[in-house]
Parts: sequence; structure tokens; C-alpha cells
Amino acid sequence: MARTIAKLSAQKLWKVFGPRPQSVLRSDWRDKSRAEVQEATGHVIALRDVSFDVAQGEVFVVMGLSGSGKSTLVRCLLRLIEPSEGQVVVDGQDITKYSRRKLMNFRRKKAGMVFQRFALMPHRTVMDNVAWGLEIQGQSRRTRLERTHEMLRVVGLEGWAQNYPHELSGGMQQRVGLARALAADPEMLLMDEPFSALDPMIRREMQDELIRLQERMKKTIVFITHDLDEALKLGDRIAIMRDGAIIQVGTPEDIVSAPFDEYVGEFTKDVRKVEVLPVRFIMKPPKTRVYDWQGPRVALREMRQEEEDVAFVVDKEERFLGILAREAAARAAEGGDATSVAQLLETAPIAFSADDSLQWMLARVMDYNWRLETIPVVDAEGKLVGEVHRTVIRDLAKDALEVRVGVQARRSTTV
Amino acid sequence: MARASQLQVSGNGARSRAAAWLEATEQGYLQYPFGLIRAVVRLPKWVWLVVVALVVGSVVSFGAAADVPKGLSVGPTVSRAVDNGVDWMVVKWDPVFRAINTNLLRHFLLPLENWLLGLPWWLVAGVVTFVSYRMAGLAFSLLSAAMMMALAAFGLFDLAMTTLAIVLVSTALAVILGVPTGIAMAKNTRIDGVIRPALDLMQTMPSFVYLIPVMMLFGLGKVPAIIAVVVYAVAPIVRLTSLGIRQVDGSVIEAARAFGATSTQVLIKVQLPLAMPTIMAGLNQTIMMALAMVVVASMIGAKGLGVEVLNGIARLEVGRGLLGGIGIVIMAVILDRITQGLARSQLSKRAT
Repeated sequence: MARTIAKLSAQKLWKVFGPRPQSVLRSDWRDKSRAEVQEATGHVIALRDVSFDVAQGEVFVVMGLSGSGKSTLVRCLLRLIEPSEGQVVVDGQDITKYSRRKLMNFRRKKAGMVFQRFALMPHRTVMDNVAWGLEIQGQSRRTRLERTHEMLRVVGLEGWAQNYPHELSGGMQQRVGLARALAADPEMLLMDEPFSALDPMIRREMQDELIRLQERMKKTIVFITHDLDEALKLGDRIAIMRDGAIIQVGTPEDIVSAPFDEYVGEFTKDVRKVEVLPVRFIMKPPKTRVYDWQGPRVALREMRQEEEDVAFVVDKEERFLGILAREAAARAAEGGDATSVAQLLETAPIAFSADDSLQWMLARVMDYNWRLETIPVVDAEGKLVGEVHRTVIRDLAKDALEVRVGVQARRSTTV
Repeated sequence: MARASQLQVSGNGARSRAAAWLEATEQGYLQYPFGLIRAVVRLPKWVWLVVVALVVGSVVSFGAAADVPKGLSVGPTVSRAVDNGVDWMVVKWDPVFRAINTNLLRHFLLPLENWLLGLPWWLVAGVVTFVSYRMAGLAFSLLSAAMMMALAAFGLFDLAMTTLAIVLVSTALAVILGVPTGIAMAKNTRIDGVIRPALDLMQTMPSFVYLIPVMMLFGLGKVPAIIAVVVYAVAPIVRLTSLGIRQVDGSVIEAARAFGATSTQVLIKVQLPLAMPTIMAGLNQTIMMALAMVVVASMIGAKGLGVEVLNGIARLEVGRGLLGGIGIVIMAVILDRITQGLARSQLSKRAT
């Protein structure tokens, strides 16, 4: 995959906690396991040779269980915890070499952070919390006021500006946390398990909200979580951490369909693929595609060849226009009164978008009467990119049901 | 025991667990006296060593060897050295102490005292009542109105104002010295390690011990009294400032830093405001201790209610002493409740 130059990149990051980290890093202990090192020297290797690149506008999710070093990692990116070794490069500049002053400036302008337990200041109003970043930059009161109100509108908290954090629910508090992180309009967002402390319904709501915001903002986001579902839902790419090291980086599909090892597989085995994978993952290339300027005879031949009753019609830019039924094409070919497919096509009764989740797809075919054996799939620009056959959907639905029954069966035995 | 645990493992459900518990306690009751004896026998060996040593020491007669050898005592040498040191300071540093003395007196204490004494008594009583009402509610404001009346009726009003002036100046000095010290202690463990024992010393050392040297350095009068009061009363505000700052939620400080705040900004905008309720509790204790010390300090020239108490004792005028004492109590009660209200109002802004 061609990737633009990284916005943020971690290069061989190490962090060792203990009285003399360098003594561990400059010896054979470096290659020993975390448990061995801790047993023998009392030092904890929190990050082990962590490297990754995050592209501009990408949501990069770091996933791992507690103690895997993911929180340490995100703090190292801002030097809230100083890495013991390695570099953090943002826009081509190594921030581990920054002076105190430059570091402050970096934190003020380039990055906003959202915390797991919200970490709002209890003695300041919602407004003053959101304005924190601007206030310490020395922005005028007027700018702060305007910007704060704008941010509160973005996160849907207008009218709460003068309240104190403790008067807000957890979900609302985290909205304040998000508004605070966005207030200085940073290019990067670092989110340390921002939704873990919320109950499941609010959590889902916040995830959707973040997706909605991100479509507009296109920030570069590093998102920490221990929740695979969350990772799969939000991440453009996911890094999985164990014992301080990254063991797999990939797209959500990569992680679910090809887990790197048993450890990753253990996470993903309970994931219902329909919830995670997009339609793109199961679609086939379209078999009967005809262009709108072609004649009915060409279309008919195509359909006969593929033994299909319907052809998908596209324009010269591959944009999906509609369907052409075999009878219609046959009639036109005999009568000879239509000169091109364009005059014969009808709108498709159903079509999927390649980025829809399989679950969404299944929900939609519930009401569908199967006039089409294969359903066309289009991408975000409306181009025909594939098709899904009825039998594939049927198998998928069966799978999905079985997984659900399986999970329930396992639950009932443990109770 | 074995059977009980077996029951616990094999049984499932509350019923058999209860049975197992019963079994275990039954055995426990039976074992009770033996259990106690076993506990005593199992005391660590060093405890037995101490017991044996004490028993031997009280039974066997050691004769002259029981006394501390005379030659060992360095007490007189040390105390002579301190005497010489103080003498030297009295002579050599006299201008410094004189300057402190006159400046403190001329610029702070006397103006404040004169201003307080110049105010009409009913105005002072009214203000105190109103502030009590705002800080501690209606019931207490009525009580404090009554207490102010009592002060006036006993003819102690002017004396109370003099005492108040001393308490206020000493408290202000204690805050000016104590809060920065507390902050330094919270931020630096080494400073904490030095100041903490010093505070213990200042609080446990009998106050008369430093009344004398203070008097020698500053002479008789109000300023040495204030110095003595500050030495005695500064400890709580230092301790509680340090405690309050260290108690501030680390995640909030981290968040503040994550947005690029300097440590000064974190201190002024996050740590101090969040520590304020605790610092106010320290202020409350400091004021209380200052009031207590002002009586003792009247021996070296602090005027006010303390003198009444002192004279009452000296002349065996029990009634006079008692009235002075009541005056002190009244001031203590009012100042205590008002500063407590101050601490509470800091807290109420951000419940939980």
C-alpha cells in the first residue's frame, strides 16, 4: 500500500521503569522476557522496541490488555513519560530531542489528549475546563469564550458551560474531555481508553460520535483501548500489544481474518465477523457488467455466457447506473427498436455499499424479496466494485446465527 | 479442620457452606483456651528476649553499675555552648533583630491594633455577627452576637482587639512563611525530609524553652511574642499545605501538563486551588494554636486577654483570670467557626 509520509511515527521506543533503566538497556537483559527481567533486576520493561507510523488523518488504534504498555506508549508520545530509548517523530521532527520550551509548545499546539477517567479539573466550570489549553497559551478571554462555545456545540453540550464537572454524567464529562482536547485545534488526538469508563450504551454512542466528528475533522488519532470491538469499529489500522511489544499491526480485516498468533486469535475468536467485516470482504468481482453505450445484443451475449438473468449497467467511469433484465435485452435484440442499453435499464431494487458492515447488509436483505439473485456493490463514489450472491448471504446468515447460539450455549454452561 | 475444609470443597450451595462454617466454629470454641496459649507461646523470639532482660534487671542487684557513669554526661557542655551562641547572637546581630522588631511593630502590628481599637465596638460586633451568619449559619450568628455582647459586658473588648491584632499578624506571618514551605515540601522529598523533623521539634519542644531566647534577642514586647507565636503555630499550615498539594489527583495534574502547562501554571491554576480546602483547615488550626500561644506569650510582653489571665494567676484573682479565659474561649470559638466555614465554602464548589 502506498502510504504518505507519516504524520506521527514511533521509532524503536523503549521504556524501562526502575532505578537504573540504562543498566538494563545496555546489557543482555534487553533481550530477556519481561518476567525474567523483573524477577532478577526489579526493572519493568513497559515498552519494548515499539515502532509504528501513523498517516495524516488516520485512526490508529493500539489494543492490548492491562499491563501491555499501551497507556505508557501514548504518554511517551507526549513525553508525559520520558521514553528510555528511541524516537518519537512528528512532522519529521524528533520530539524526544525537544527542549522544555519546545515541548510545551508542541503539547499546546499539536496534540490534544483525552483521558480514561476524564481527568477534568473539579474546581473549574465546564467552560474553564474546555478553555484550559487556550488559557495556558495566554489567549485572550474573548477568543477563549468563542472557541469554547464552538467546541461545546460540536460535542453537543451547549448550555452546560457554567456547570461544574461533577454535575455532569460520565458520558457528558467525557464530551467535555473531548472538547478540551479539540479546543486548541490540534492536528493529533491522543485518546487513552476514552470510553472505557462509560457504560456500554453511552460508549457506543460516543464511538459513533467520534466517527462522525472524524469524518469532518480528519485528525490524526492514536486511540488506546482494551476492547477489540471498539478497536475494530474505530480503527483504520490496529496495533496489538503484549508485554510492551507490538505483535501485529493491520487493518481490522487483517486482524480478524488472519490473526498473527494464538494470542491475537484468542481475542478475535468471539468476534462475530458480521459485526466487523465490511461487505467488501465477501463480495466477488461483478460478472455481468455492461456499459450503457453498448447494444442489447452485447449484453445478452454476456448474460448467456455467465448464465445470469440480470446484468449490471455502468457508465464509462464505472459508475453504477442500474440493472438490465435478460428478457428486456432479448426483446430489444429481436425487435431492434432500442439502440443502447441505456434505454432499457431500470433502477436496482437493492444495492450495497462496499463499506457497509455485513450486519447492516443482513438486516437489509431481511425485507428483500430476492428479485435479484446477485446484489450489486458500489463504493463511496458510486462505482460498481463487486457483487454478492444470494447463496453467500444465506451462508453468512447461517454462520451468524450459529455463532450467536454458540456463545449463548457457552454462557449457559458457565453460569 | 480437615473435615470442615472437605465439606467446603465438596459441597455446593449455601446450605453445606453454612454447615461447614458451623463445624469450624464448633471446633474453634473447643480449641479456644489452647489457641490462646498457643498464640502466647508463638510470640516472636525478640519479645521473649526483652521480657527475660527486664526480669533479670529487676531481680539481680547491680549496685553502682546501675547508675549512669558521671563522666559520660555532656549535657553541661552542650548547654554552655548554646548559651554562648545565644550571647554571641545577642551582641553581634542586635541591629538585625532591632530592625525586625521596629519594622514589624511600626508597619504592621501597631497600625492594625490601632485601627481595630479605633473601630466602634458595636460595628465590630455587627461585622462579626454578619460574617458568622454567612459562614456558619443563623444559629451560630446569634450565638456569636451574644458572645460579642459578653465580651463588651465583661469590659474585655479592647483587650480582645489587642489580642486579635497579635493573632492576625502572627497568622499572616505563618501563612507567608508556611504556604511556600509547604509547597516546597510537597514538590521535593529532600526538603520534606529536612522540614518535617524540624516541624516535629517546633511542636513538641515546650514553648517556654524558646520564649527566653526570643526575648533575649528581641527584648520584651509584642514582637518577640509574635515571633514565639509564629514558631509555635506555623506547623499546621506547613503540614496541611504540603498534604493538600500532594493529595491532588495525579491524573488531573497529568491532564494539565498534557496541554502544555508549565509547572508554575499547574501549581497556581490546579494544585493550589484544589489544595485550598486542606490549606484552609491548616489555617484554622494555625489560628487556634496562635490563640493558645498568645496567652503564654503574654509573659514576654504580649498585651491583651493573656495578660488578664496571667495577672489573675499571679495575684490569685481567680475571677479575673476566669473572665480573661472566657474571653479567649469566645475568640477561639468565633474564629474557629468562621475559618471552618471558609474551608467548607471552598469545598462546596465541587462536591465529591
